[in-house]
Amino acid sequence: MAEIRVEHLRKAFESFVAVEDSTFTVADGEFFVMLGPSGCGKTTTLRMIAGLELPTSGTILLGGEDVTFKRARERDIAFVFQLFALYPHMNVRANIAFPLKCEGLPGAEIGARVEEAARILRISHLLDRSVSGLSSGDRQRVALGRSIVRKPLAFLMDEPLGALDTELREAMIHELRALHDRLGATTVYVTHDQLEAMAMADKIAVMNRGIIEQFGAPRDIYDRPASLFVADFIGQPSMNLIDFRASLAPGASELALGGARVAMPELRMGCPERDLVLGVRPEGVRLDDASPLRGEVFGAEYLGTTQIVTVTTAHGAVRARLPASLKVNAGEPVGLSFRPEKLSIFDRASGRALPSALHDIPYAPRPSSIKHAGGLHG
Amino acid sequence: MAAGISTAHSVVEPSPLVRRIAGAVVILYALITIVPLIWIGLTSLKSPPDSISYPPKILFEPTLEGYCNLFTTRSRQTAEYLQGLPAASGRCEEIARQRSMVVVGASNFVPRFWNSVIIAFGSTFCAVTLGTLAAYGFSRFKVPLKDDLLFFILSTRMMPPIAVAIPIFLMYRELGLSDTKLGMILLYTSVNVSLAVWLLKGFIDEIPREYEEAAMIDGYSRLQAFVKVVLPQATTGIAATAIFCLIFAWNEYAFAVLLTSGTAQTAPPFIPIIIGEGGQDWPAVAAATTLFLIPIVAFTILLRKHLLRGITFGAVRK
Repeated sequence: MAEIRVEHLRKAFESFVAVEDSTFTVADGEFFVMLGPSGCGKTTTLRMIAGLELPTSGTILLGGEDVTFKRARERDIAFVFQLFALYPHMNVRANIAFPLKCEGLPGAEIGARVEEAARILRISHLLDRSVSGLSSGDRQRVALGRSIVRKPLAFLMDEPLGALDTELREAMIHELRALHDRLGATTVYVTHDQLEAMAMADKIAVMNRGIIEQFGAPRDIYDRPASLFVADFIGQPSMNLIDFRASLAPGASELALGGARVAMPELRMGCPERDLVLGVRPEGVRLDDASPLRGEVFGAEYLGTTQIVTVTTAHGAVRARLPASLKVNAGEPVGLSFRPEKLSIFDRASGRALPSALHDIPYAPRPSSIKHAGGLHG
Repeated sequence: MAAGISTAHSVVEPSPLVRRIAGAVVILYALITIVPLIWIGLTSLKSPPDSISYPPKILFEPTLEGYCNLFTTRSRQTAEYLQGLPAASGRCEEIARQRSMVVVGASNFVPRFWNSVIIAFGSTFCAVTLGTLAAYGFSRFKVPLKDDLLFFILSTRMMPPIAVAIPIFLMYRELGLSDTKLGMILLYTSVNVSLAVWLLKGFIDEIPREYEEAAMIDGYSRLQAFVKVVLPQATTGIAATAIFCLIFAWNEYAFAVLLTSGTAQTAPPFIPIIIGEGGQDWPAVAAATTLFLIPIVAFTILLRKHLLRGITFGAVRK
């Protein structure tokens, strides 16, 4: 187990820059997720930590040791691939034992450790099967078995659930998080699926075009997106982004949207007149007949307990998450109001959020993380 | 990789009539192909007069005369001399006596046949080994001018071999490689290696890089990963490539005639020479041809499972 530090990491493939000046620290025992659309540089960053790609510049520290230009086999890490990469010419036992064989351990110890890993992942009954006959969930477990059997400093996972169907993926999310809590090993996990990231991560780095847009706990990322990209990328449906133009003084706690006054968290920094964006989550939007902010219901998307109602206004379409029991008809004129405490203000030109009272309180890390006593790593 | 997804029966089944016609065409083609082979096998068991009788004999008394003539050299003797000899020892001596001849020694067929075996298998081994390593390099690494190099390798197959026959003949004479096994192994290797690189690159391209990356993260060097993870998965391609290389080297005639005449002569240029020795000895030629076919047939049958998958490579996704 070890801390992973990445400093000013940069990777360019000829003229294309895959990762630009990336700096972050993954604390010992943390479940860290790199989240972003495909091509954002998350996998490249992971491969550089693994030693499968060499950085153009920057430093990677694994447990305090500079491993930037070390070969993959000289870094004590395990890697789980999206397509599992189980060796098809070996059975399950041989696959899991493969990393141990390399260390030249005595056969009895290899056997014992393979059995132990298989027991943890509940695949003991599959040990003598061929990997080609396994279901994708079992293949995933074998791939995990191959990585935990070595007791590495860190686990690196590249979209390990990407090849599974939805139902199995949800089950595996819980298993992976439980496994992490049990082993307590530093994990770097790459995905484009925000639900996976939200469900498992202690910390998330949202990446876009080679740049880390935001680094923080899942709540942090959801409640106070640092940039327009994060606001748009995170959330299902994503944040409503309403353009307006204004000059705001430091300490302002209200803005004018058309004729309506909208309360917002107190600004810590003002700005001269420019194009701004108001960000509000669909669950922060309410129907309010008294509100001067008017619109017309366009349609509703039924989601079981809630519904997403789209309202067309003079400032564009606004989506509201409302109780499914509320009756709305298309074409009906309605008033809208926003819950003030979770509003974000962005600068259109730079894409960054303006600091406000929203950013005052530091969020505690993942509250639901239950550490089990004992486990494979003691 | 997708387990549980059945790919069987996804193709529309042909109707019974189509299947019957297809079956008939295949059987007809197989017959056309196999008749000359059967004819050679039968001729090898005929006596010389039976082999040239007209109309051709389907039913005849089998004899090993062709094989005896192939393996021995004989000399014609006068009747008085033959009567003075002790009784014939061995089947071949008996047959020779009936033709007023005595066996005076072994023919060159066995050494020539061994030359073929050594040169064909040796060059196949070299071509497949070099081809596998080169194909892996081209498949996995950034090689400067990769496409040009690959085209250059392919281009060595574009001209007819006879176009370079004279330069190679002169070069080999200067280098002392004429009529040596080493020279023939080098020559056939250089011809086959282009085929091997191209075939094997296709196979290795299909093996995901993740396997080696996983092995390297698990603590193995690239060479170890290549041996333990890539090679076992490339066996199909290697087997198919080996058969193609072997067939070429085994059957090659033009260079063998030009560059070998004595110690390193292979079977293909030797077989026609048999005709000239003491009349047109077709049974001996047929016997040589029959024996010449056996190793390649055996090798192909041995690797047929791989060959079938090898020929259809790329068409079926795992």
